[in-house]
Amino acid sequence: MDNSKIGQHISGQFNKELEDVRNKVLTMGGLVEQQIELAVTAFSTGDLEMAELVIKQDHQVDALEMAIDQECMQILALRQPAAFDLRLLITVIKVINELERVGDMAERIAEMAIQLSSIDNKHDQYYELEHMAELVQEMLHGALDVFARMNVEDVTSITGLDENVDREYGSIIRQLITKMMEDPRNITRMLDVLWIARSLERIGDHACNVCEHLVYMVKGEDVRHLTQEELERKMKG
Amino acid sequence: MTAQHVRTHAIDVSSILRDQKRTDAPNEPCIKVENLNLFYGEKQALHNVSMEMSKKKVTAYIGPSGCGKSTLLRCINRMNDLVDNVTIEGKILLDNENIYDKAVNVAALRRRVGMVFQKPNPFPKSIFENVTYGLRIQGINDKRILEETVENSLRGAALWDEVKDRLNDNALGLSGGQQQRLVIARAIAIEPEVLLLDEPASALDPISTLKIEELINELKEKYTIVIVTHNMQQAARVSDYTAFMFMGELIEMGTTSELFTNPRKKQTEDYITGRYG
Repeated sequence: MDNSKIGQHISGQFNKELEDVRNKVLTMGGLVEQQIELAVTAFSTGDLEMAELVIKQDHQVDALEMAIDQECMQILALRQPAAFDLRLLITVIKVINELERVGDMAERIAEMAIQLSSIDNKHDQYYELEHMAELVQEMLHGALDVFARMNVEDVTSITGLDENVDREYGSIIRQLITKMMEDPRNITRMLDVLWIARSLERIGDHACNVCEHLVYMVKGEDVRHLTQEELERKMKG
Repeated sequence: MTAQHVRTHAIDVSSILRDQKRTDAPNEPCIKVENLNLFYGEKQALHNVSMEMSKKKVTAYIGPSGCGKSTLLRCINRMNDLVDNVTIEGKILLDNENIYDKAVNVAALRRRVGMVFQKPNPFPKSIFENVTYGLRIQGINDKRILEETVENSLRGAALWDEVKDRLNDNALGLSGGQQQRLVIARAIAIEPEVLLLDEPASALDPISTLKIEELINELKEKYTIVIVTHNMQQAARVSDYTAFMFMGELIEMGTTSELFTNPRKKQTEDYITGRYG
């Protein structure tokens, strides 16, 4: 299963329309990845300008979501696609929704970075968060890569990372609670950090959802709401 | 709101989930095709076709021109017997009885298996005479029975309201869509078990087409319907099962929803998505 799945229609115009949707999704994915990257950097370096940029750029993600949605709807109405073409469009509509949510998470991280910078300059103490950010970025990148290649063989290695993310998230929460108990004056700050951790954790979940949608697109099998073990078994079988 | 309140006013989704499964459940077969081979002279037009068609369901045959779908359809009421030089091997069982058995009365078979063609073909007679034609050749002349049949059949074909005041007008004066529904009324007047529709809407405008499709949906309450269509969206809209044929072979058959969203064979996928195989 490869990109040529999109091509080879008798109608060249239809090929172009599908190819166009696919490229726009990849552009949107790239933008969202960049947003996370910028937001996390803004947080760890305290770069306010960068954080502002993330917030300013979020409307681009939103606009892309609406534009792609519109295009999918057009194709559904005018071409009555079937089989893979139909699954592709349905999947795109769902995937861009996940990506838009990820964009919102990046925006939230940027907002928290701004809030934290006004009360706190010691950003180096959150290296667990940075590690968590690396993990979820890897997941999202992997998911987008699956979409680009339309090959879902390795999705379980991406969804498998979510366990690590959840573990990191748990350990960050424990640390934050400890710090809050040590000194109640930390609470406001720690709550902001908690929001960031929470946002990163959600990004991991969205990346997993994207992977599940992509399995449906390629194999026609609905693998939502399965445990990692069940998914692995299904992908092998 | 308490938990108790929620429990007593629980929203029950189990029926929705059950319904979803039920549509996939296998149905009682009405027609069984077993290892059917058909030759026009030397040329083999059907290759070892085997399939089952469920009772009171709509089965659609799709495939490119010349793939054998009309040939297969015509086998079900032995219309191919009328073509010279045709050899047929294999069986078609209608209610477990082989219709190619020597003992089968072909006229009786065609009473059980009605057929409607692409081009509406009403007789150049009145609307009333068209519908009662089948009954009259069976020797039924009781005016009350004939009138009742005309009304029921025309209602069944969703044409009654449009023609009830001019039953004695010539049928050729009707529009194409009305003529096609008249032909369907004529077919159901003799109460067949099976209706074969060969491109029933391809010569009609979109509104008449939708009326025929709506009609098919109503007719399947009573009849087993097999439809040949070039229009894939039409197959997707009206049928419960779809069979894809290619070069005289049955490539894939399954529930329509499955075949159009997730076909198993690449050839099917290429055809329904409009690709070169």
